Amino acid sequence: MIQNVFYFLCFLTLISGSMVVFSRNPVYSVLFLILTFFSISGHYILLNAQFLAAVNIIVYAGAIMVLFLFVIMFLNLNKENETHKSNLSKFAAVIAGGILLVIMVAALKDVDAGTYKAEGFDSQIGMVQNLGMVLFKNYLLPFELASVLFLVAMAGAVMLGKKETGERHF
Amino acid sequence: MIILGIFGITLLIATYCTYAERKIAAFIQDRIGPNRAGPFGLAQPLADAVKMFFKEEFIPANAHKFLFVAGPSLAMLTACMSSAVIPFGNTLIINGNHIRVQGIETNIGLLYIFGVVALGVYGIMIGGWASNNKFSLLGAIRAASQNISYELAMGLSIIALLMMSGSLSLRQITLQQGGEFLGLSGLDWNIFYQPLGFIIFLTCAFAETNRTPFDLPECETELIGGYHTEYSAMKLGLYLFAEYVNIIVVSAVMSVLYFGGFNFPGQDWVRANIASDPTLAHNLVTILGIVVFFGKIFAFIFFFMWVRWTLPRFRYDQLMRLGWKILIPLAIMNVVLTGAAILFWPQLKAMF
Repeated sequence: MIQNVFYFLCFLTLISGSMVVFSRNPVYSVLFLILTFFSISGHYILLNAQFLAAVNIIVYAGAIMVLFLFVIMFLNLNKENETHKSNLSKFAAVIAGGILLVIMVAALKDVDAGTYKAEGFDSQIGMVQNLGMVLFKNYLLPFELASVLFLVAMAGAVMLGKKETGERHF
Repeated sequence: MIILGIFGITLLIATYCTYAERKIAAFIQDRIGPNRAGPFGLAQPLADAVKMFFKEEFIPANAHKFLFVAGPSLAMLTACMSSAVIPFGNTLIINGNHIRVQGIETNIGLLYIFGVVALGVYGIMIGGWASNNKFSLLGAIRAASQNISYELAMGLSIIALLMMSGSLSLRQITLQQGGEFLGLSGLDWNIFYQPLGFIIFLTCAFAETNRTPFDLPECETELIGGYHTEYSAMKLGLYLFAEYVNIIVVSAVMSVLYFGGFNFPGQDWVRANIASDPTLAHNLVTILGIVVFFGKIFAFIFFFMWVRWTLPRFRYDQLMRLGWKILIPLAIMNVVLTGAAILFWPQLKAMF
């Protein structure tokens, strides 16, 4: 049963992931990307990480993808006014993507995913409390550094979006 | 079983919300309101539904057909999904088994609701874009930016509450509010500890459900009908219906988070005196709790309607300024204040 759910989710993830690339219309690409995030959240639930699944949906599917959709709808990208890409850039894209794939395969080829051990298994591992304990005890410094990074990015975004003196946007 | 019951009750209340909205509007504007279909016009929602079903299903020529249909369906789906985790009552004891009056009890209940609410905006955005109409698109984009802006303040106001409760489970949060306050059991509600957080949450709830004074996505004077300009028949009905379901869910969440959920003042006294059999007393208190909880939901729904027919609409820049420059700083201040209060609570207690 669980295995079938896993295979179904894998199928859904891969199909919607490739549809992101193959869709002609960018709005459909974004919608397929949302579906991809949903199926990845399904994987998280199978891995006993409910908190991660919920946060993944709230942050990625709920907030970031709304902004993507927002921008794409505003720009109104349609098939008609899509600029023709030169063969050179197509080749460059294929080679860059292929190299990335080779690197990923090479890096993950010999990885040890770990085997399931019944005695060391903790069904509560993905709960909010345990995750908070790990983040705020064992990994406090990386966690705080990441938040500083976000703060810097936010300050930068505010600076970029700020009106210069005498400038009018509308 | 329970989840189907909750689903049916939510839809039934949503149906009668349309009736209540018209009756309350009529009362506030000194009119009579619907009174033709059935006694007191009570069959009016049914008549409306029949009318909606028999109207022509119209899809504009240049619309994206699939997404045009998917929009209202998504809006309705996400609206109905969130009622699953709301605890409508405590446990009922039947043959010695405790049965929770709740669809699903998860330890991330609040995050689940938050996630589903965050998805609600897709129905509006997809519908508005697929209509291939500039007014619809503008309405959809207004809805999206409004939802994103107010979600932040809403999340921050909830964080202050979570710092006190220490749990994301809605049932746990409700049970924590069953203690004593001013000598009355079942009155230990969070509203007394988080008044600022509640006001921020309430304001954001109005913005998230697209209700007046924040109903800019469907602002008639500027945008005709906003995102549902091109919709007709039951697809329009689903959009309007989803709005009422959202109001019910938000009212229920506010009752759970700030107004004690199914707890009611004096519940321990009632439990001790209503019946000599402890099982029967527990069940009776639970049923009373369910009734009280629905009373709280109805009070909030009435408040939503009362505000709609009292306050004028905000201007769009006012809405954005309120969200980003007033509510978010206030919510952050609330988080800091709550943290300080939790940290210094023993010292504060010793002072008085």
